[in-house]
Amino acid sequence: MGNFPDIRTQIGDYVDQFVSFLDTSLEGFFDFIFFISSRTINGIADFLMWMPWWLFIILIVLMGWYFKSVVSGVLYGLFIFLIGTFGLWEDMMTTISIIITAVIICLIIGIPLGVWMAFSKGFSTVMRPLLDAMQTMPSFVYLIPAIFFFGLGNVSAIFATLIYALPPVIRLTELAIRGVDKEVIESAQSFGSSNWQMLKKVQLPQALPTIMAGVNQTTMMALAMVVIASMVGASGLGEQVLVAINRIDIALGFEAGISIVFLAIIIDRITNGVAGKFQKHGGATE
Amino acid sequence: MTAQIRVENVSKIFGPKPKSVIPMIKEGMSKEGILNKTNHTVGVYNASFEVEKGEVFVIMGLSGSGKSTLIRCFNLLNKPTDGSIYLDGEDIVAFNKNELKKIRQEKIAMVFQHFGLFSHRTILANVEYGLEIRNVSKEERREIAMNNIETVGLKGYEDKYPDELSGGMQQRVGLARALANDPDILLMDEPFSALDPLIRREMQLELLDIQERLQKTIIFITHDVNEAFKLGDRVAVMKNGQVEQVGTPEEIITSPANHYISDFIKDIDRSKVFQAEHIMTRPNALVSLKDGLNVAVKEMKENGISSVFVVNRSRQVEGIVTIDDAIQGIKEKQRLSDVLRHDITVVNQEEYINDLIPKALESQFPLAVVNGENKLIGFILRVHVLSGLVSEEINKSEAYYV
Ligand SMILES: Nc1ncnc2c1ncn2[C@@H]1O[C@H](COP(=O)(O)OP(=O)(O)OP(=O)(O)O)[C@@H](O)[C@H]1O
Ligand SMILES: [Mg+2]
Repeated sequence: MGNFPDIRTQIGDYVDQFVSFLDTSLEGFFDFIFFISSRTINGIADFLMWMPWWLFIILIVLMGWYFKSVVSGVLYGLFIFLIGTFGLWEDMMTTISIIITAVIICLIIGIPLGVWMAFSKGFSTVMRPLLDAMQTMPSFVYLIPAIFFFGLGNVSAIFATLIYALPPVIRLTELAIRGVDKEVIESAQSFGSSNWQMLKKVQLPQALPTIMAGVNQTTMMALAMVVIASMVGASGLGEQVLVAINRIDIALGFEAGISIVFLAIIIDRITNGVAGKFQKHGGATE
Repeated sequence: MTAQIRVENVSKIFGPKPKSVIPMIKEGMSKEGILNKTNHTVGVYNASFEVEKGEVFVIMGLSGSGKSTLIRCFNLLNKPTDGSIYLDGEDIVAFNKNELKKIRQEKIAMVFQHFGLFSHRTILANVEYGLEIRNVSKEERREIAMNNIETVGLKGYEDKYPDELSGGMQQRVGLARALANDPDILLMDEPFSALDPLIRREMQLELLDIQERLQKTIIFITHDVNEAFKLGDRVAVMKNGQVEQVGTPEEIITSPANHYISDFIKDIDRSKVFQAEHIMTRPNALVSLKDGLNVAVKEMKENGISSVFVVNRSRQVEGIVTIDDAIQGIKEKQRLSDVLRHDITVVNQEEYINDLIPKALESQFPLAVVNGENKLIGFILRVHVLSGLVSEEINKSEAYYV
């Protein structure tokens, strides 16, 4: 018979021990992260909820108008209004705050990592398989350590979202920095720029359009995670989808689902529009 | 003149272990040999020369001959694998990071073939870049930048972005940006190659014009012989990473060091390189006003010529006298000044043949060539002008008497 011999490796156990070790030894660190993230999410959510509903819709219309066209702006406003009529206004705001927080953290972590990868071949070689793993590992798997570190709730959701949504910012930042025209780099060098001046005044601004494309992707991936993230206790639209599944409630499932689609469209178009504005005189991606 | 830059045995090797190749170079192994044996590319091969303060030094050569590699050694965008480059007496190859930053900020600026402008910055911000790096105050750098933008003729464009300007204008920005740092030395790597011929000519003239005013030391790269000879006070010809010959345009044309160089300069437009002094004949006979008609006739007879220039005491041209007029004058007991003709054409010794052609065609007498002090130093016949255009060995053309 072709049975595999009875050899057992204990990698899973080691990972388990490692995670426990991290949890106990870095408890303060995780508490700190927890504190910061939950404060950010709550702050953004409170602000969005404090805002009168019509003001929020007007803002969406204006943004749509500025970054796309009048028609798009009105359409986006209509989408938001519809979500409100589903009775999902608060859930939408929670989802938006989770996404915004996740994206902000992604940028704070991702851009420096991407820059580092662009400058260090060694670091880049180490990071690449890691990024591949982050993107291909089934998301449910890292929900488990997330709960371990942060318990059930929005922060775990953010953690899981980060792992999934971080790679595009990192990759595109690296790509963008590496892609800056060689002669432009040399001309900056020839004026005696320090490395820091070079990065700040030339490489990052030149790379910005591409980095913005990464931001767009990251945002979309964060949005794609909302349902899965609800399994570790994230509230918001994703939670409603889960509830609908449990109750086999087609109506709620559809409403929550289409709300996520609406949000996706709006966020995609607006971040794309922002990227487009940066593109105008930017260098790297002509 | 003093040497501002002295290049001594500079080599630049590309490959995994560049230093290991240096001994082979010292043994005199060829570039191909090294490539075959060690898989290293020799970019520059044992180059030595000097660049003088205030001169336009042109490096020319075919594509791949190592021009860019060499010019990039001057601001250490390429660090030479071996050899020294002395800038005002200091070996910059040995400089540490801070010293290097300092000379890049203060002494040397570069203009790039594809401009290398910062597309995310306005023209003004581009020109300000070098000053910004040196932490010059906002008002001051703005003023300096505006002055330089004006110098290159781009006033009014300071708030535009590079992608809104034509190629020629973009390179003006590149030039203004380099000049804003007030460097002693300007490195220009094929700065006009990306421009179309008309704009290119305009830019060349403008560069000469700016150079006249600012008196920078310019190292200029081109693969265009005409451009090299038009701009260069001296020209270095490179082949396969080696500097084959260094000299003034005239020296290179009249005595090319080898076949490669004579091939290279074959289709040069000679009329734009050679000046009056290169094709003129030094007069065997000169007559002074006080000499009188008899002396004039005697000189003409002795030299077998039909007319002779007459100069005053300080050797300035007064006019010309022909043999017929002189004999007639003697018969009629006139003085030399009575038969003197004044409708002659006087040209400066530095005028290019190109500009002499119409004058030679119009004038019925030889052209009188004078130096900066207006003293007569030679004359040019119409034949000389034409032979100057075609002759390969101009110096050997037989002296020709009028
Ligand atoms: N960074 C590099 N790595 C390896 N080889 C190089 C590098 N830069 C230049 N070379 C090689 O050095 C030689 C000289 O190149 P260089 O660019 O100096 O030529 P060039 O005279 O400027 O030519 P062009 O007129 O095309 O600009 C070429 O054989 C080239 O392949
Ligand atoms: Mg080149």
